[in-house]
Amino acid sequence: MRRVILKSMAALAVAGAFAAAPTFAANPVELTFYYPVAVGGPITKTIDTMVADFEKLNPDVRIKAVYAGTYQESIVKALTAFKSGTPPTLAVLLSTDLFTLIDENAIVPIDGLANKPEDKKWIEGFYKGFMENSQTGGKTWGIPFQRSTIVMFWNKNLFKEAGLNPDKAPATWAETITYAKKLTRSDANGNVSQWGLKIPSTGFTYWMFQGLTTPNDTVLMNAAGTKTYFDKPAAVESLQYWVDLSAKHKVMPSGVIEWGTTPKDFLEQKAAMVWTTTGNLTNIRANASFPFGVAMLPANKHPGSPTGGGNFYVFNKTSPEQQQAAVKFIRFATEPARAAQWSIATGYVAPRQDAWDTPEMKKYLQEVPAAAVAREQMKYGVAELSTHDNQRVTKALNDNLQAALSGTKTPEAALKDAQRESDRILRSWNR
Amino acid sequence: MPVQGHIPAPALHLVRVSKRLYMNRTQFSITPWLLLMPAMVLLIAFTHYPAVATIWHSFFSTPKGATPSVFVGMENYALMADDPVFWRALFNNLWFALGTIPVSIALAIMMALWVNDKLLGRGLLRLAYFTPTVLPMIAVANIWLFFYTPQYGLLEQLTNALGLPSHNWLGNPDTVLGCMMVVAIWKEAGFFMIFYLAALQQISPVLAEAAGLEGASRWQYFWKVQFPLLMPTTLFVLINALINSFRLVDHIVVMTKGGPDNASSLLLYYIYEVGFSFWDSSYAAALTVVLLMMLAVIAFVKFRILDRRTHYQ
Repeated sequence: MRRVILKSMAALAVAGAFAAAPTFAANPVELTFYYPVAVGGPITKTIDTMVADFEKLNPDVRIKAVYAGTYQESIVKALTAFKSGTPPTLAVLLSTDLFTLIDENAIVPIDGLANKPEDKKWIEGFYKGFMENSQTGGKTWGIPFQRSTIVMFWNKNLFKEAGLNPDKAPATWAETITYAKKLTRSDANGNVSQWGLKIPSTGFTYWMFQGLTTPNDTVLMNAAGTKTYFDKPAAVESLQYWVDLSAKHKVMPSGVIEWGTTPKDFLEQKAAMVWTTTGNLTNIRANASFPFGVAMLPANKHPGSPTGGGNFYVFNKTSPEQQQAAVKFIRFATEPARAAQWSIATGYVAPRQDAWDTPEMKKYLQEVPAAAVAREQMKYGVAELSTHDNQRVTKALNDNLQAALSGTKTPEAALKDAQRESDRILRSWNR
Repeated sequence: MPVQGHIPAPALHLVRVSKRLYMNRTQFSITPWLLLMPAMVLLIAFTHYPAVATIWHSFFSTPKGATPSVFVGMENYALMADDPVFWRALFNNLWFALGTIPVSIALAIMMALWVNDKLLGRGLLRLAYFTPTVLPMIAVANIWLFFYTPQYGLLEQLTNALGLPSHNWLGNPDTVLGCMMVVAIWKEAGFFMIFYLAALQQISPVLAEAAGLEGASRWQYFWKVQFPLLMPTTLFVLINALINSFRLVDHIVVMTKGGPDNASSLLLYYIYEVGFSFWDSSYAAALTVVLLMMLAVIAFVKFRILDRRTHYQ
């Protein structure tokens, strides 16, 4: 009896597969595509539509798009699958996972697969700031897809109440302190009811820190991912500024500020200015009950912000046909019109100039001029912190940044400790 | 069992006979093995083999790309002794155990005593106490995250109404572990209450009547009669609570990620970090061995020492 059931189920499944895909060629190339969801919005639907459109144009390729959770869960799934011999063909993973993936021998260089002159032109079409995290050792390993950067959101109503020009955000570090002091308010008990500024310090502490070091004209690592420069004087100065915002100027809450609730703090009008990813733009636009502005991060020596977000990677241990088909899909997904659409739907920064030149994007920019801020900032963009043994180095920095922010270490001691730890972790790469 | 050790020559024949008998007996007794098999297969595949493999892997280096794994002996353990984050996580975990277990057990007993009495809405009350156990920890942690949020979180609204100063509960290394303990206690106490409730209902009402006749106060009755009779349950709960205190890290993942500066990192969370963020599976294996050893010691203490001193009815 059971055999009969199993047999008929198998028959049904086969029949179903044929019935559902009558247009496909006899032997389609099958791809598995892992993608994460890291911001609000109908990401899954957008991806499914993109995949369906691609399959319509390329009946010889079939893509299984798998939602793999958060970025962290996605890399865990992708690498575990790779280690067990069944990797996805392509995946969207953090741009900072580059060295981890190379070290595991899990990905293949894209320019090895796409080496015709027009492919080269395609790769050169991406913003340099985004490619910094995608190329190393003269090879291109990742293609920018859902990329972001840090921007400052400000509440225009609260600016007006504080007697500030609601249409002008602070442009420098010094101005930020003056503005934030005016925007910080206390109630009768002496408790602060509204903070001038919130820079979150959980989860992506190092990234926010780069929002301070970049304008201070210092970088945290080399391009090869083998050295870090955490305790350079300019970096210490940046951390001192961050710590002083709460310890000295009292315009930011003391201790560590939660990354996840920062947009909510802004929406609840408990913080007049917040720093967060551009990926939150669509969310804040949908939920803010007040007019708000988006600005570049304040400048010190010059403006600047790190990039962030996810890249396409093509996995090793897959067949050449699959890899070629994967590149075809990546090219399809980053075509100007499609990149523009994706950017509008999610709030991510379109990674190519030609995407910004499409009519749809121009129309969107008229409606939401704030979206252009991220693009402008890209001129000053630097790579997000990424090294070999990335997460371990990042943790060493995160822990020490948090120690400084919660007052258990001085900025200098904290960064010295972070650098020492990072030197220890990276020692084998410097031999 | 077959005879072992030195056997005098004349006895050898006898041994052979008994061996044959023994082997015949095993053929007869295949049924119990078959009955045991489903459970054994699961246990070996998912408990024993992983445990042994973990110990084995902890003596090797982590394979990375082209570099295969090599035998490194005790290197991973030496690294561990030298790793401040490991010690931090371990001591955090001990404090976490020390802080959560007695309180959740005391609360569980109190709640069980209360809902064991005949009172109005008893069913609802029991349900209410048990609810935290049923809710998934991830969802619950997200709600607690809101409780602790500075400025407009529930806790802040309460302290503000009382005119107390504002506090960044999860952002301060001095308070964050305490906050995590409260969540764990809230989650666990209701679960333990169920065991106490069941145990209380096993206690014969004759004892209460006798105590009443003797003129014992409520406290005397609890301390001299109920509490000793609850000892087997307490023991069971104690072991469970101890194991849970090393096992329950979902709320850490959601609420603090071990921060600030590892102030709320627990051993299992650190293992996860090392294994799946750093991809250092050998070091994670070495850390797991430490966790395994601790849990083994706990189990040993329970079965060998505490069991003998406990009064079973």
